[in-house]
Amino acid sequence: MKISLENPELKETRQAFADALLKLGKENPKVVVLGGDVSGSVKTNIFRDAYPERFFSVGISEQDMMGVAAGLAVAGKIPIASTYGEFATGRPFDQIRQSIAYSEMNVKICASHCGISVGPDGATHQSLEDVGIMRILPHITVLTPADYNQTYKAVLKAVETEGPFYVRFYRDKTPNFTDANANYEIGKSDILTDGNDITLIANGLLVWEALRAAEILKKDGIEARVVNMHTIKPIDREMIIRCSKETGGIITCEDHQVHGGLFSATAEVIVRENPVKMDYIAVNDTFGESGTMEELMRKYKINYEEIVRKTKKLLNKK
Amino acid sequence: MTKEKHNELKKVAYKVRQHIIHMSTDGGCFIGASLSCVDIIVYLYLSFLNINKNNLKSPDRDYLFLSKGHDVPALYGTLAEIGLLQKSRLKNHLKTNDFIYWHPNTNIPGIEFHSGSLGHLLSVAMGVAYDCKLKKQKNKIVVILGDGELNEGSVWEAFLVAASLKLDNLIVIVDRNKFQANIETEKLNKLEPLSDKLKSFGWSVRKINGHIFTEIDGLFSQLSVHSGKPMFIIADTIRGKGLPSIEERADRWFVNFTKEEVESLLHELKTREMSKLTSETLMVR
Repeated sequence: MKISLENPELKETRQAFADALLKLGKENPKVVVLGGDVSGSVKTNIFRDAYPERFFSVGISEQDMMGVAAGLAVAGKIPIASTYGEFATGRPFDQIRQSIAYSEMNVKICASHCGISVGPDGATHQSLEDVGIMRILPHITVLTPADYNQTYKAVLKAVETEGPFYVRFYRDKTPNFTDANANYEIGKSDILTDGNDITLIANGLLVWEALRAAEILKKDGIEARVVNMHTIKPIDREMIIRCSKETGGIITCEDHQVHGGLFSATAEVIVRENPVKMDYIAVNDTFGESGTMEELMRKYKINYEEIVRKTKKLLNKK
Repeated sequence: MTKEKHNELKKVAYKVRQHIIHMSTDGGCFIGASLSCVDIIVYLYLSFLNINKNNLKSPDRDYLFLSKGHDVPALYGTLAEIGLLQKSRLKNHLKTNDFIYWHPNTNIPGIEFHSGSLGHLLSVAMGVAYDCKLKKQKNKIVVILGDGELNEGSVWEAFLVAASLKLDNLIVIVDRNKFQANIETEKLNKLEPLSDKLKSFGWSVRKINGHIFTEIDGLFSQLSVHSGKPMFIIADTIRGKGLPSIEERADRWFVNFTKEEVESLLHELKTREMSKLTSETLMVR
């Protein structure tokens, strides 16, 4: 499918989560949803109103929420634990590690308001380490869908697949551009734009930015390949190796700290299999601040302009 | 309390409420929680705490830790009124050219510690309180918690430890506005009987109306710290206090008003005439 960059449809990925929950509520009686007193923001209130007996708000008690989710999984339910990214990972990390990951509980942690997208909330609420700290845990599958369509499918996939999951999405409206009919296969990334000069491996919000960058680069005679790495764990090793061989340089693009996320995961494959030049678009080992999403993406150099700049730099082109 | 002091407190609290209303647009703020703790914060800075622009780094200053963080517009407004923060900076709310964020951070003079993630600062304050006791200093360490924040388990760990450490220089004030996000606290995780809970944890517990200055003063002017027990004050408050169209409504948690609505709310603060608010400006978070 050719993706048009003109006037994209804008949709909230958290709404995709809400819509997926409604479908799951209807089709799978085992699905239960836990909330941490932000059900309006995370949009679990829609599931709550439809299936009140299958929704539990534990209040602002995230550690407790993860333990309760593990218990519900012991009892055979498929619990979906949801809150903001930071409070879904950082705060209850030990509960996730012991009671969900180590114990291999069938719990789906679905985190909204991730990354820089919480904007004005500032540093305390901007989860820029969540992918890293989930990825280092054995047993957990980590999904970072790119838009509404993919978030919807990622939530359904996580529920139909046995085992602990972390699914990451956002608050604000973002372009909804991936093919609604395309399959979301865990661990298999998608080439969205082909090219042989360089590969831009992106996830989440940054997939759109990479597509915009590729369009601009094309005008300057640079054919960039854009890969949507929607699964961080297990990472698509074959795709990374193939791109490194076919295009040489790789730039990873993510709205996350440079350490621990997509750049790290990609580099771990590259250094062993086929070392090529790499660079990153990521938050450079610093905390965020208040501002709008667009403003912060520019300030922290995680937008298309920066992708264009770093691509030219890597290729030694002005 | 003298009549002059009482008038001054009321005047400053009114101005702080105006500042909060001004911060409820262009990105918005947590207006309800900010309005519920204004009177307490204003009282603390004007009549209780030894904090001023000359002693911000001095070891004998008093400490205020705003733990829930969402209510920081009340603190920004107060800091501006007492001259710790330039008033002109308040218009930089949420702008990347300044540090006037949704949650407190230490780039603002007078803010002791970052907050925003709930249930952290009581423990931090305990560290400070413990050190002050070791050094036999007489300063007071005050922590403001939200009642919703009492959901967090870390707070209860701290309650246990503070009593065991006999941190009697520690004063916790709970802004008991009886709401958290979009729900009443008692409809989610029951806190009551809150006094009994804290008493059984070994704390001195007092209750006041958090909007009546004479009552607040009645407690704080007589407060006997160094009783061997940490102090837990339940300040009974109204979320959204001062604006009838905001007061005690579950849907008035976070707001992002239009400029016209801001004007109307400023008028409402003066007259108590209800403003017309559109639903799109509420719960947009």
